[in-house]
Amino acid sequence: MYNIKEYYEAATLEEATELLAANPNLTIIAGGTDVLIKMHHGQIEKAELLSIRKIKSLQGIRKLEDGTIIIGPLTTFTQVVNDPVIKDNIPVLAEAALSMGGPQIRNVATIGGNICNGATSADSASTLFALNARLKLQSKLGERVVPIQEFYLGPGKVDLKAGEILTEIIVAPGDYQGYGGHYIKFSMRKVMDIATLGVAVICKIKERNIFADVRIGLGVAGPTPLRCREAEAFAKGKTISRETIAEIGKLAVKSTKARTSWRASKEYREHLVEELTQRALKAAIVKAGGEEIA
Amino acid sequence: MKPVPRIKLKVNGQEYQVEVPADITLLELLREYLSLTGTKEGCGKGECGACTVLMDGQAVNSCLVPAAKAEGSEVLTIEGLASPDGRLHPLQEAFISEGAVQCGFCTPGMIMSAKALLDQNPHPTREEIKVALSGNLCRCTGYAKIITAVEKAAAMIAGEGRG
Ligand SMILES: Cc1cc2nc3c(=O)[nH]c(=O)nc-3n(C[C@H](O)[C@H](O)[C@H](O)COP(=O)(O)OP(=O)(O)OC[C@H]3O[C@@H](n4cnc5c(N)ncnc54)[C@H](O)[C@@H]3O)c2cc1C
Ligand code: FES
Ligand code: FES
Repeated sequence: MYNIKEYYEAATLEEATELLAANPNLTIIAGGTDVLIKMHHGQIEKAELLSIRKIKSLQGIRKLEDGTIIIGPLTTFTQVVNDPVIKDNIPVLAEAALSMGGPQIRNVATIGGNICNGATSADSASTLFALNARLKLQSKLGERVVPIQEFYLGPGKVDLKAGEILTEIIVAPGDYQGYGGHYIKFSMRKVMDIATLGVAVICKIKERNIFADVRIGLGVAGPTPLRCREAEAFAKGKTISRETIAEIGKLAVKSTKARTSWRASKEYREHLVEELTQRALKAAIVKAGGEEIA
Repeated sequence: MKPVPRIKLKVNGQEYQVEVPADITLLELLREYLSLTGTKEGCGKGECGACTVLMDGQAVNSCLVPAAKAEGSEVLTIEGLASPDGRLHPLQEAFISEGAVQCGFCTPGMIMSAKALLDQNPHPTREEIKVALSGNLCRCTGYAKIITAVEKAAAMIAGEGRG
């Protein structure tokens, strides 16, 4: 039993933006795996829900001729895991998606809901941060595109203005082509658990053993997912070695704002960041075509 | 609270039209409006899998599906697995013969998750079975027998040529 006052079902994006413009109290519901839990816990009361689930234009994943990949926000985690475009082009995102929830949750939960919910632990977010994903937001008044890094404002807070719907998650060809990536979800239980730390690393290699680019996205290392800019800047142009990788791990900690919670202490989280960034980077190097570093 | 103007859905092959309040879940619709009490409520918030049913062929937690969302869908519950003549589904037989049931509370959900797996992947490895059941908790059996039961059911289905 949920405290649902109204349940609207929009068939098209136009209908959804019209309804949102007319009724600012509406809460968008996609898979509902966050919204319904919040209602269960009484964080949302007497909800007026607007289901966008049936809007065709927000579903599915496609690759444009120029290589740009457009992920519809209603794509479920199961679909991300199995999608040929993702598997062939951004397998690290499929890895991250598979680490999320259990099968029943993945069958229902959407990637758009994962982002819009604003949790620092969102399993798709750290990878999308590393990929410099951009988000298209549409309202009755028009549309805008924002980098995902700017979309996250604080814990559970995203830059979604009244009446706006996330309509596209966009990954540019320059942000995935030639990169290898790896995602590590560290949690207390192997499955069905929220991450204690999520680490997404993608990297590109030139001249066999030089970092052309390294990008590190972390979840649960601060109030929002974040990038480790200092470590990334250091890595660029460096020869790949155990020492370089160790230094990247150390520098990654500098970008974090870890805190103590019941899941883990600040010190433990920082230790995890240093260690898991190195492990994820080592795996990413191999996937980018580099040699294995023990 | 406004009544949803009648939800039409198919459950276990049978068409239903039910008038329900706007705020109930598919789980409540099944148990309280259709008296299909095989589907269990454990946690009520997506964590345990006791309420697992197949919705349009996919395993979902029915406690996280607002009834209104089930409009037009096809739902399969544990009651729909046996043949009309009462013959049990191989998964049900294997759970019994392997001793994969103790208190039985998790069993309907386990079997429905396993059914979703075998429909898509008739010859799963133990590892694939573990992943498919990772959203279902059991307090009693320790899982080994459950996984073995699913393996056995897969072999039975392959032998019999039935799903
Ligand atoms: C048992 C369980 C386990 C879970 N495990 C994990 C896990 O391991 N990792 C993880 O990251 N998460 C996990 N979650 C959280 C949740 O499943 C995910 O965040 C999921 O991706 C949310 O997607 P949804 O479609 O269900 O979102 P919804 O609940 O429908 O929506 C979430 C929020 O986003 C808004 N919204 C949704 N779509 C749009 C849109 N297109 N435009 C604008 N706003 C929108 C909604 O208004 C709402 O505020 C778990 C949840 C449960 C219940
Ligand atoms: S009752 Fe639905 S998952 Fe526990
Ligand atoms: S048999 Fe008792 S919970 Fe699984």
